Amino acid sequence: MSASLTPRAKFATTLLRTAAALSRATGRGDGSVIGGRVGLIVEPRLLELLAEGRHVVLISGTNGKTTTTRFTTAALEAIGRVATNSFGANMPTGHTTALAKAPKAEYAALECDEHYLGQLLDAARPKVVALLNLSRDQLDRAMEVTALAAKWRQTLQASAGQTTIVANADDPLIVWAASVCQRVVWVAAGQSWTADSAICPNCGAHLDRFGEFWRCTNCGLNRPSPQWSVAHQGEAVVGPDGRRYDLRLQLPGRVNRANAATALAVASLFGVDPAQAAPRLSEVASVAGRYAKVERDGRQLRLLLAKNPAGWLESFDMIDPVPPVVLSLNAREVDGFDTSWIYDVDFTSLAGRKVVVTGDRRTDLAVRLEVDGVDFIVVDDIRAAIAAVPPGPVEVVANYTAFQDIRAEFNRVN
Amino acid sequence: MSTLRIVWLYPDLLSTYGDRGNLLVLAHRARARGIDVEPMQIRSDQHIPHTADMYLIGGGEDGPQAVAADRLLQDGALSRAAEAGKPILAICAGYQLLGSSFYANGRAYEGLNILDLRSDRGPSRAVGEIAGESHPQLGIGPITGFENHGGRTHLGEAVQPLARVTAGVGNDGATEGAWAGHVIGTYMHGPGLARNPRLADLLLAWAVGVDPSQLPPLDDTWPERLRFERFQALQTAGQ
Repeated sequence: MSASLTPRAKFATTLLRTAAALSRATGRGDGSVIGGRVGLIVEPRLLELLAEGRHVVLISGTNGKTTTTRFTTAALEAIGRVATNSFGANMPTGHTTALAKAPKAEYAALECDEHYLGQLLDAARPKVVALLNLSRDQLDRAMEVTALAAKWRQTLQASAGQTTIVANADDPLIVWAASVCQRVVWVAAGQSWTADSAICPNCGAHLDRFGEFWRCTNCGLNRPSPQWSVAHQGEAVVGPDGRRYDLRLQLPGRVNRANAATALAVASLFGVDPAQAAPRLSEVASVAGRYAKVERDGRQLRLLLAKNPAGWLESFDMIDPVPPVVLSLNAREVDGFDTSWIYDVDFTSLAGRKVVVTGDRRTDLAVRLEVDGVDFIVVDDIRAAIAAVPPGPVEVVANYTAFQDIRAEFNRVN
Repeated sequence: MSTLRIVWLYPDLLSTYGDRGNLLVLAHRARARGIDVEPMQIRSDQHIPHTADMYLIGGGEDGPQAVAADRLLQDGALSRAAEAGKPILAICAGYQLLGSSFYANGRAYEGLNILDLRSDRGPSRAVGEIAGESHPQLGIGPITGFENHGGRTHLGEAVQPLARVTAGVGNDGATEGAWAGHVIGTYMHGPGLARNPRLADLLLAWAVGVDPSQLPPLDDTWPERLRFERFQALQTAGQ
């Protein structure tokens, strides 16, 4: 930690903090990215140096990274200070900043962009890596998802060494990638989106599915027996020894209960008693605006971020069945310019309720809903959407920049 | 016709860019005219029905594309459907494999030879909005979609280009897609039929055996607005 840093690394850390503070002060964001960039220019090994001597967990996957990182941080805080990139800056610049800002933290829970897992494995030498799920995302520029799983598999084989992997037994791509590792703890974290794993990532034959079990009839790849699972109608997590830990999450949905199970599995590898950690997860009410509840003119909005088909399906599983739904879609650079994925989402579950669409690409949504026979109205922005629904609860589902636009309307609610 | 049977081929292998959307759009537009639709999803380990009224095949990665071509050649039903004049819509990887050969996994593969064309690798990946002036004989107006492919396609004499490219790359930067008889291939996803309702109606008319003008008109306010926006966005970007 900081006591053992070289003078150059200390200087780099100071500059990093200054740059981040300047960026915040001038209203350019939280400064994680620019700070990390400055620090890494001065000392290219800064991330490695700052991670040295700490107990690190990396958390990666297409969906649920930010929430699982928050849950894991809450759990680890039962035993010590935790450095974490809670602003969602999940590339090396963000990791560097997170570590620089918490010089006294002996633990680090780092959300990691899927494409940087290899780099982080080498730089941060994590004790644990949690792998959540892989599905199609940002089609116009991201790697195809099977190719990404293959890259992970290669990376893990080369660099995982003494690292323990906490991996989702229900996602064939994750199982295939993680199964090269010596030490794997399997979590039954579920899979709401199966279209990217119809065929075996290992050999290309069809996967057979029977309920939650799946296997390849050709090469034998199959669902490992999970040590951790969500049970009792989602009210508890069951650990490897069969012990039950009650869950009373504020965050909604099956997927967040699975994220909680993963966080407890990770924390127990760091020596945290899950019984001590589980109540801490209940204190998480929102994560960087996700699931936040905001009020305007008698409407209580719940904000849900969903960036890809799997995320939209999961959010439809979370929302209450009655209130109006606002859907907002953008296709700016970070969202991906291609909106075709909205045809991978089944909107028919929204039929019969009030649906309002907005965002830069609201017309794409309008055409999509018409095809699914869902009635809708189209409005210019979130203010107009609020005016278009009666007072009472409202569910808001938006993709990345659309979500940030809505957060901005509510003082960047966290 | 009692029920329109639309086969969506090999969604387990070829379904990358919202390809299911083309099936949904066709079913929606048929039902809006009182035509019953039976969508049939045929996996690559199932036999392809000979008796369907229309066949759709989508896009995908190299590995699945090569597997799909192999299984389609073995099955034979798609080639017979083309000979029988059944409408076929093929997107991206599915389009390439209808030609005589295509390139995947670093080598050339034999295609189905349904369309007189062949595909190889381009110098760079073509990703972005695509637009074009469609072949006047088709009567479907300008086309709009989104493309994402590494291949380039060279048309033979027995096919016509679907469109002359006005934005994007398509086959080779000059033409986009191909058609012959009732078979249409294109690099447009988006999905293509959501953004080109007259192309959807042309396929439906072919399947039902009527002239497109005989299909009752639908309220296309939203699809037309989407088309307008996408063409407008290209103009703005081009300025």
